[in-house]
Amino acid sequence: MTYGKGDALPQRSFGPITRTDIVRYQGASGDFNPIHHDEEFAKSAGFPTVFSVGMLQAGYLATYATDLFGPANVRNFRVRFSEQVWPGDVLTCDGTVADIGTDEATGEQRITLELRATRQTGGAAIQAWASFAL
Amino acid sequence: MPEEAAPTAQPFTMPVERGKIREFAAATGSTSDDYLADPHPVIPPTFLRTTLFWSPPGSGLLPEGIKLDLRRILHGEQEYTFFGPPPRAGDTLTVTPRVESVTTKQGKRGGEMLIVVMVDDFTDADGKLVAQGRSTLIQTGKAPE
Repeated sequence: MTYGKGDALPQRSFGPITRTDIVRYQGASGDFNPIHHDEEFAKSAGFPTVFSVGMLQAGYLATYATDLFGPANVRNFRVRFSEQVWPGDVLTCDGTVADIGTDEATGEQRITLELRATRQTGGAAIQAWASFAL
Repeated sequence: MPEEAAPTAQPFTMPVERGKIREFAAATGSTSDDYLADPHPVIPPTFLRTTLFWSPPGSGLLPEGIKLDLRRILHGEQEYTFFGPPPRAGDTLTVTPRVESVTTKQGKRGGEMLIVVMVDDFTDADGKLVAQGRSTLIQTGKAPE
C-alpha cells in the first residue's frame, strides 16, 4: 500500500488490556514500578487501582506503525503521554501521513506520521510522531 | 531553567538478545515474523527501554539532592531516534546515559513540578552512534487526587 500526504492510516484496536498484559510488559521491559501491579501501592498514591504503563501503550502504537511500514524502516518514534490507561480499556490506534520527503542528512526518502491511541471513552491516551524510511 | 550541570553516568554494555526481542514484541501486541521468526530480528521501536536490565545497580544519575518518588512520577514523553536501520539481535551496544536538564515549573494544581530530561546514547561495536533515547519525567507537587 502506498500512502500520500494527508492520507489516513487504517484503524486497529488493542485490548481490552488486562492486568496480565501490564505485568507481562513490566517483565519484558524491566520497569517494575509497583504502581502498575500492586493494588495497595497504587491506592497509597491516591489512585483507585493499578493503571497501565505508559510505555505499554507506546509499544502498541509502535507495533501498529511497524506492521504498516516495516520494523527495519523506523528512524524516529516520539510519544507523549496524556491520559492514563486502566485495566479493561480498549485502545484504538489511528494516524495520518503528515509528510513525505527526503531526509537531508541521509538522502533517504522518509514518511512522517502523526499517530494516536484513543481510549474507548474517546480520551486520547497517547500521541506519537514517527518517521520511517520508504 | 536548568538548575544543575548535567551529569554523565558511566557507560555500560547492552547485548541485544533474540529472546528478549521476542518477549518484548509479544508483550507489545506484535505477531510479526520480523520479530518472532527472524533469527536476527531488528529491535522494536521502544525496545531500548530494556536498558533497565543492564544499567549497573546504584548507577543513579540524578543530581545530588534530587530523589524521585514513584508515587508522584509521570512519564511525560519518550523518544527514540535511529541513525539508520535499528540494531539487531547479536549486536552489542554501549549505552551512555546523561541528564540533559532538570527544571522546575509551577504546577497547575499547586505545588512545584520537577521536570527531568534524560538521554541515552547507544553506540555500536565501532563506536558509531546508532540510536538515542530521550525520556521526559515529571514529578508532580503531590500525589494526584
